[in-house]
Amino acid sequence: MASNIVLSEVEYNVVGKRHLRPDGVDKVTGRAQYGADVQLTGLLQGKVLRSPHAHALIKSIDTSAAETFPGVHAVVTAADLPFASLSREELGGEYQRLKLASNHVLASDKALFKGHPIAAVAAESQHVAEEAARLIRVEYEVLPPAMTVRQAMESDAPLLHEDLFTSELGELSDKPSNVASHMAFETGDLDEGLKQADVVLEREFETASVHQGYIEPHNSTAFCNTDGQLNIWCSTQGPFVVRTSVADILRHPVSRVKVTPMEIGGGFGGKITAYLEPIAALLSRKSGRPVKVLMTRTEVFEASGPAPGTWMKVKLGVTSEGKITAADIFLAFEAGAFPGSPVMQGAACALACYDVPNARINGYDVVVNKPKTAAYRAPGSPQAAFAVESVIDEICEQMGMDPVEFRLRNASREGVRRVEGPIFRRIGLVECLEAARNHDHYKAPLEGPNRGRGVAAGFWFNRGFQSAVNISVNPDGTVNLIEGSVDIGGSRASIAQQAAETLGIAYEDVKPTVVDTDSIGYTMVTGGSRTTFATGWAAIEAAEDVKTQMVERAARIWDTPVEDVQYIDGVLSHKSDPELRMTFRELARQLLGTGGGITGASNVDPTGEGNGFGVHIVDVEVDPDTGKTTILRYTAVQDAGKAIHPSYVEGQMQGGVVQGIGWALNEEYFFNDQGQMMNSSFLDYRMPTALDLPMIDTVIVEVANPGHPYGVRGVGEVPIVPPLAAIGSAISHAVGRRIDRLPANPGAVLEALS
Amino acid sequence: MEAIEFTTPKTIDEAVQAMASKGDRARALAGGTDLLVQLRGGRRSADLVVDLKEVPELNEISYSPGSGLTIGAATPCYRLYANADVAANYPGLVDSASLIGSIQIQGRASFGGNLCNSAPSADAIPPMIALGAVANIIGPSGSRQVPVEDFCTGPGRNVLEPGELLVSINIPAPAANSGANYLRFIPRNEMDIAVAGVGSAVVLDASGQNFVSARIALASVAPTPVFCKAAGDSLAGKAVSDEAIEEAARLAMEDAKPITDMRGTIRQRIHLVGVLTRRTLNNAIKRARGEE
Ligand SMILES: Cc1cc2nc3c(=O)[nH]c(=O)nc-3n(C[C@H](O)[C@H](O)[C@H](O)COP(=O)(O)OP(=O)(O)OC[C@H]3O[C@@H](n4cnc5c(N)ncnc54)[C@H](O)[C@@H]3O)c2cc1C
Repeated sequence: MASNIVLSEVEYNVVGKRHLRPDGVDKVTGRAQYGADVQLTGLLQGKVLRSPHAHALIKSIDTSAAETFPGVHAVVTAADLPFASLSREELGGEYQRLKLASNHVLASDKALFKGHPIAAVAAESQHVAEEAARLIRVEYEVLPPAMTVRQAMESDAPLLHEDLFTSELGELSDKPSNVASHMAFETGDLDEGLKQADVVLEREFETASVHQGYIEPHNSTAFCNTDGQLNIWCSTQGPFVVRTSVADILRHPVSRVKVTPMEIGGGFGGKITAYLEPIAALLSRKSGRPVKVLMTRTEVFEASGPAPGTWMKVKLGVTSEGKITAADIFLAFEAGAFPGSPVMQGAACALACYDVPNARINGYDVVVNKPKTAAYRAPGSPQAAFAVESVIDEICEQMGMDPVEFRLRNASREGVRRVEGPIFRRIGLVECLEAARNHDHYKAPLEGPNRGRGVAAGFWFNRGFQSAVNISVNPDGTVNLIEGSVDIGGSRASIAQQAAETLGIAYEDVKPTVVDTDSIGYTMVTGGSRTTFATGWAAIEAAEDVKTQMVERAARIWDTPVEDVQYIDGVLSHKSDPELRMTFRELARQLLGTGGGITGASNVDPTGEGNGFGVHIVDVEVDPDTGKTTILRYTAVQDAGKAIHPSYVEGQMQGGVVQGIGWALNEEYFFNDQGQMMNSSFLDYRMPTALDLPMIDTVIVEVANPGHPYGVRGVGEVPIVPPLAAIGSAISHAVGRRIDRLPANPGAVLEALS
Repeated sequence: MEAIEFTTPKTIDEAVQAMASKGDRARALAGGTDLLVQLRGGRRSADLVVDLKEVPELNEISYSPGSGLTIGAATPCYRLYANADVAANYPGLVDSASLIGSIQIQGRASFGGNLCNSAPSADAIPPMIALGAVANIIGPSGSRQVPVEDFCTGPGRNVLEPGELLVSINIPAPAANSGANYLRFIPRNEMDIAVAGVGSAVVLDASGQNFVSARIALASVAPTPVFCKAAGDSLAGKAVSDEAIEEAARLAMEDAKPITDMRGTIRQRIHLVGVLTRRTLNNAIKRARGEE
């Protein structure tokens, strides 16, 4: 887009260009192979029987009728998991962790959410499996559910886990509790900071459970051979994570598990947990046949990870000059049925955009009778930003201050220390705020009744972690790039671009392939905005390795010392003898006759963070008769560090905004009073459709990340952080009432107005 | 595992015979946008599916100024709004036909199917009621006519006896100075189920300043679509004014008996009936005056 602001000084040949994606043709012609396409000789179909209750004791499970049903090959329950036959002594310190992990896969004594797997069947066909699953008799004693953090934190709340104690600053509580942990960050002197403030504002917020909503449902095919080799084909963001989880839960040697990631139809953090893989593997082990298990959309909603519903309180102190002096924040996040909400991330992100001298953040991880939460794009940050940015907006409104100007006065910059400790290196928040302030959208007056404008900022860490890449040189001068990062948002292209740039060859000469866990070194998930950053880095290092070997080979061919050979822009040449010169392609052709092929390899684990920031501007109009909000205009500004492939950066920014609009306006899990989800379909779980969205304008700011060879920061998470607060504030201005609960659906806005 | 028989009759007689052969275990198939979803989801079951798309009378649209409009029961929505007579004379029906589902759904979904599915939220039914539509039914014991407002008897239930088929829907030719409009409220802009819907039809006098008659019907606010007779009758003979419209809206709200569920609350739905009644009446008046 024309308005992109490029601040990086380096000129690149391949990086920063909008190349065609290597997987594009397969995807648009329908040839790409997804998990549901997997076909194997003797393949059986699986079906999972799930709890109809949100909270119930499992008194007994009778599978006999299902087992003898014609066409059924295996039936499994939690009794088939290794955990069932391992003693507490054998497991030692591992006991609690493995118990929770096993119980998440298949419930043993208790069903903790509607949709919790109870048993599974493998049969000749899907119909037989479904019919047989219906024949399984489960005797439940239904218990009252605890559905929200507020409810679950009450002293008389129904307890989900009798043996869960609150871990509080390192100590365990004496009584069991639904609060799995309480963490706190503190900096400066909160009371002193509040004293220095001229304005102190405290507000309370709530947000609903929301789902990632990826188009492709979860699927898994497993084949456990008689020699113990377990092969899994699935839709996952992290094949190595699946390998570890399956090996762990099934007590199977990790080297005997091979996970092949198929093409993936979206994940957004929700395809990291292994839900079906251990079940498919158990069914295969028991039947001796390959087994495929698929989820329906309803199963996806009811039994895979939503992002947590939250209850939050934010108190900010500000001087009359608009400097934040103090922040006191309370965050209680739903973990779902098992501990592990992203409240820690929410707490670390809450104030990251600002230089706040005195702050205290308390975070609570609370179990409730809902599916266990999973990562969802910047886990924890959108909710926390909704609370903090809304309070900032209200303070700006009260003080008559421009919200961008206010943020500029307080913005984090190089050297600022975050509440939880880390000190920022060079970051681009100020540049984003300036770009927003100078944008035509922000300068254009917003006229007309029932309209409002909102602005908000957002942050995500963008951490590195492990990635591996192998690059081998082909005789025609192209290279094969082998990677373990599942391609969700165009990463084959962005990683190939970095390899091509480093090698000084054309983008089209790099052929990237995503492979199984036997065929490449450990690679962390595609998620956390880390792939273009870390796997890109691995590609750069593997390319450097290739270059080194190419230089050595040229030196050998020319019978000259290595030091005399240089490699510039894909050309090898002798430093002093102009006669000795070969292109990458010319040398590639000679490799086999001069010592064999060349493969560069790398394993990286970059430390430090890319630290991404974004600033969004939105205009809305609210129909005062119906409470319905229309998004009139939306602009997203974001520091990408270096946009390796600008189109995919823009795609990430727009996609994040779309999901954020969904959270802000209509998306929510709707439960009845028994804790059963009532809207587990795309008809009633209202994600935005194309007709609900304006064109989303993007501005890429490039403040190169000093911690990456090409300055990459990672871009996938940041754009979902600001929309909730930006839209909430815009609606507040349009209707003259503060929006403190999301979603701000028409019914809620109407209530606020009446 | 369920085995389902499928048949494609070519005449009304064959269709009636097929339906009668299985009684309440037979289901007619028009566009299938309700039926197939329900069969797959286990919400309905059937031994025999009778495809109606090859019976000519069920797939025709005919119009004459004398007898009005006849819509074959299986005619998909897109053929309604693509039909010049319908577009010219029944914009209130086009409102509905062009908002059901999406372009893809409109290629299949029929008004007949919408009526026979008898969902409280059905978007085609209120404008049909407002326009005084009549359902033509045929069965083993002959044919009969039922006004659309009397057709639905509960959620998913209607006056059709086992073995009976809806053949067509007849809508009188528009009176002079008449206009109609259907609006529904949904939180998104497509692919949603009405939180509330209102269809209004008005006949004005030659001056365009006075109501001769009016009919108003509601969706999604009761177990069946609601015909608000009192609200429509309250306008007859009155001058067109905000007060008259307000009074009709108030009476329509009185007829709404909604429930609270994931799609909306009682309060919100009754409120929306008021809003949409005002809006549809005003739009219908504009159309009657030829202003739109
Ligand atoms: C994605 C999607 C979006 C939708 N959006 C909307 C919407 O916005 N508004 C709305 O109102 N509906 C909506 N629907 C529901 C559906 O499309 C409509 O109700 C449609 O009008 C049904 O018509 P059909 O021809 O497909 O009916 P079918 O599914 O063929 O039939 C519906 C029912 O009527 C019976 N039936 C059909 N024809 C006859 C006949 N001649 N005689 C006797 N019985 C008969 C069938 O047996 C069945 O029980 C949507 C559906 C989907 C899948």
